[in-house]
Amino acid sequence: MKSKPDYLAHGILLLGVALFILPMWVMLAGATEDAGAIARGGLSLMPDFRHIGIFWQALFAGGTSREGDPVWHMLLVSFVMAVAIAVGKIFISVLSAFAVVFFRFPFRKLAFWTIFLTLMLPIEVRIIPSYAVVSTLGMVNNFSGLTLPLMASATATLLFRQVFTALPDELVEAARLDGARPLQFLRDMVLPVSRANFAALFVILFVYGWNQYLWPLLATSNPAYTTVVLGIVQMMAPDQMTPWNQIMAITTLALLPPIAVVLLLQRAFVRGLAEVDK
Amino acid sequence: MSTLELRGLRKDFGATKVLQSIDLTLASGEMLVIVGVSGCGKSTLLRLVAGLETPSDGKILLDGVDITRQDPAKRDIAMVFQNYALYPHMTVAQNMSYALKLRGETQSEITRKVAEAAAQLGLSDLLARHPRDLSGGQRQRVAMGRAIVRQPKMFLFDEPLSNLDAKLRVTMRAEIRRLQQRLKVTSLYVTHDQLEAMTMADRLIVMEAGRVSQIATPMEVFERPANLFVAGFIGAPAMNILQPERAGISDVPVKTLVGIRPEHIKVVDHGRTLTIDLVEPLGAETLIHGTLPCGQRLTLKRPGGPPDVSELQIDLPNNLLHVFDAASGARR
Repeated sequence: MKSKPDYLAHGILLLGVALFILPMWVMLAGATEDAGAIARGGLSLMPDFRHIGIFWQALFAGGTSREGDPVWHMLLVSFVMAVAIAVGKIFISVLSAFAVVFFRFPFRKLAFWTIFLTLMLPIEVRIIPSYAVVSTLGMVNNFSGLTLPLMASATATLLFRQVFTALPDELVEAARLDGARPLQFLRDMVLPVSRANFAALFVILFVYGWNQYLWPLLATSNPAYTTVVLGIVQMMAPDQMTPWNQIMAITTLALLPPIAVVLLLQRAFVRGLAEVDK
Repeated sequence: MSTLELRGLRKDFGATKVLQSIDLTLASGEMLVIVGVSGCGKSTLLRLVAGLETPSDGKILLDGVDITRQDPAKRDIAMVFQNYALYPHMTVAQNMSYALKLRGETQSEITRKVAEAAAQLGLSDLLARHPRDLSGGQRQRVAMGRAIVRQPKMFLFDEPLSNLDAKLRVTMRAEIRRLQQRLKVTSLYVTHDQLEAMTMADRLIVMEAGRVSQIATPMEVFERPANLFVAGFIGAPAMNILQPERAGISDVPVKTLVGIRPEHIKVVDHGRTLTIDLVEPLGAETLIHGTLPCGQRLTLKRPGGPPDVSELQIDLPNNLLHVFDAASGARR
């Protein structure tokens, strides 16, 4: 059909790649400049490898001039939070999607649409009432308060509902005739068959959890629970000189775990979102 | 070795009456084939027996015990599905052992039973494979294996061969029948293929629009169809139906239709003239389509190759005519 490569398409793709890479490159270059370079407007696009130790320093020495935990601790907090949110969301949505798809109970439709409606209520909209609830339950400044309000997820429930609905009826019926109880069916059929979808969703939810800013800001005041995203922002204090090179270094470090998760689950990610036949 | 009895079984989906009062008794070890066009309720009947649907009315008794509302898992009935419904993420061995595992049998017991069933079906070399690595015929065998390994009280077959190619269907047909006869498991077999129905059944149920048209042995259904629907449905090509007044057939009652099977029409020296308009050679025999002088169409089947004439002289032997009531379609 086509003999010569499509130069226009490749050109557009390359442009897109450059568009996404450039900010990250600036970040990387900025991290290795001296502290005042960005403030002076003298940022070079060539990284200065003599200052590569900045990453090390940020990771262990706490980076900032302020008191606070070193970045490795913030990364750990972020990681635990993101994993907890992703796992919690998946756990809850699998169960709710399982109920909605495979059981006939009164108000099933209502239950589903109620879940659907919460799409319109992300944490930013319900942040004050959510905080009131969390603080009444005494969960401010601990991990449960940090993660629980972010766990209920209509998106994941909808996705799993689609996946489960696509399972052939005969599979359900064959398992029923073989004597599988509902939870055995969930464990032996539904979960193994939709493994790829789990991985795909985990990637999305992990990144979602990792990027949380507003809720951790509100729900935690103890520095022991400072996530890396919060940590970056806290360094931009208006009353002192902003150490841009350190901020860039921490930002670079903060990018690594999500990238690692995406790379690790990339295959399953694509399969889980694109594959139709089971 | 179980008996099944259906008493006045009814199923409505909303306003649609899918099954209307089915009464039926299966003897132990009997293979009963349900045949009918799609949408006649034959699959629904099977699903009611399996417990995948709940009847609107009536009773299902297995070995005399009322199982009408019992959970499918407790019925001890195995089903073979049209698209096999194998568990895609499990190996052949795991597919076959799943029910046994849920029943809590020991691993050594499971391994023994699976090996035994696999040997019966020629699956011994495929036990470690996944369904996606199997051919259609092999998948069909695994589905069979999954059913027999449980040693259930009953087998249900829901058009199990309709996804196979024609040649394989003939082999598998014989194989299923042989297996069923050896295991002597009471079976209900649903199909829309009359050849399958005729060859496999101890007894045949012809269903039409949610009702039983006829229950009898295959030969009886063929030789004495209970009504016009059965007459047209069983036998290929279908029985010719004529209006006796137009065709000039005397000595049949008034307000009737007569039927004659294509293979029963005799070619004679002097008889009715059939103008041939289409000849279909099948190899060993030939189908000849034509028109009688009265305008009615007729198909006849003859051994041998196609004739090189445009007209045939034919006779419709009186003793081979089937007479049906013109209004009700019932046999007279």
